[in-house]
Amino acid sequence: MKPAGFEYERPGTVEQVLAALDRYGEQAKLLAGGQSLIPMLNLRIVQTEHLIDIGRLNELKYIKRVDDVIRIGALTTHNAVMTSELVRQSCPIIAEAYHHVSHHSVRNRGTIGGSLCHNDPAAEMPLVMNLVDAALVARSARGERKIAASRFFGSSFSTVLGADELLVEIRVPSQPAQHGWSFQEFSQRKGDFALVAAGALLTVHAGLCRNVRIGYRNVGPNLFRLAKVEALVEGKAADAALIAQAGKLAMESVEPPSDLHADAAYRRDLVKTLTVRALGEAIRRAGH
Amino acid sequence: MGKCVISVNVNGKVYERTVEPRMLLSDFLRHELSLTGTHVGCEHGVCGSCTVLVDGMTTRSCLCFAVQVDGQNVETVESLGRIEAMHLIQLAFWEKHGLQCGFCTPGMLMCTVELLRNNPNPDREAILEAIGGNLCRCTGYQNIIASVERAVELLQTKEEAAS
Repeated sequence: MKPAGFEYERPGTVEQVLAALDRYGEQAKLLAGGQSLIPMLNLRIVQTEHLIDIGRLNELKYIKRVDDVIRIGALTTHNAVMTSELVRQSCPIIAEAYHHVSHHSVRNRGTIGGSLCHNDPAAEMPLVMNLVDAALVARSARGERKIAASRFFGSSFSTVLGADELLVEIRVPSQPAQHGWSFQEFSQRKGDFALVAAGALLTVHAGLCRNVRIGYRNVGPNLFRLAKVEALVEGKAADAALIAQAGKLAMESVEPPSDLHADAAYRRDLVKTLTVRALGEAIRRAGH
Repeated sequence: MGKCVISVNVNGKVYERTVEPRMLLSDFLRHELSLTGTHVGCEHGVCGSCTVLVDGMTTRSCLCFAVQVDGQNVETVESLGRIEAMHLIQLAFWEKHGLQCGFCTPGMLMCTVELLRNNPNPDREAILEAIGGNLCRCTGYQNIIASVERAVELLQTKEEAAS
């Protein structure tokens, strides 16, 4: 349970971090809050030549509004995002989903950017960022690029970031004032990894559901939305029968894996149950 | 592999040591400083036994390298009381039988310290949230929750007596 040796450095500025990444490439790992990377180092699932500690780059710790977009510095801790009034008002599904993210002490150190780049298949924030249509800003010695959350995440533990790139900012559009949201998760104990998580966002106009988005986590290596379920609900009157039909369609549309904690049939059941709960709650909240 | 010279304030005293960067804060406290009050359970961030405060915030010391806290303030269970002069939070755990084997206790105590500093009058939900990441295999948790509630009372009584 002790990490293998590595060279350690703690650059003082983003520019210095980018220079170090440029120098070391695949031989380096970035250490942000360390709440996922350090366990992996301890268990020697990961070994690295160079560990670049970015945990004290205060220039990447902020939450601010610019026009209708909330800009979150990549090194902002989970607890800082979770308790931010700005985030709660502009995009409440983020705050709600955070109630399922690990435990208080881990959220004290863990960062939103670290979690997004780690992309654990059970992690909540990648799904939330996809649902809210966030943009992720990455920088390297080559320059800066903005990546839509829908294109950022790959399969388990992978993203489109290159070895020389640093995620610096997450841009979350403010959600419409009268939108409905819900984040539902089932795990063995509070704070454990999700067996299945589901998130829903929508608006209701004249009794009809609009802009429906529903997505899932830990129902496979990739996070995904179910276009068929979104299309079923879109433009329809939001009643119990429709929600039940959506749950059934969701269950029939997924091919979850089996593992020690839940077999495929159980996960499929959870997809149905959480779909019904998420859509039901989002519809109730819309317009209130 | 290069070593690093670090200077860390632990419980009000500054220690300077030369360490390998891979040394965990938990091992730094126990092996370098002989502060064995911090217990090491799982060593991968699951059990919470090794919880200490870094700049006032609970941190799992097995999920933090000693080099990361260079220049920062660490508080461990040794900063509380001693058997002959227990801290009120420790007294509350003793009164309410909030421990049996005692292995998880340092982590539970440090989580309680952080909670009560930020929220001197927590409801039960806040207590569960504060200690919910820490495993205890003896008590079934109910006595630990009662201990935190008792600590709230003891600290408030002390506050009233002082004012």
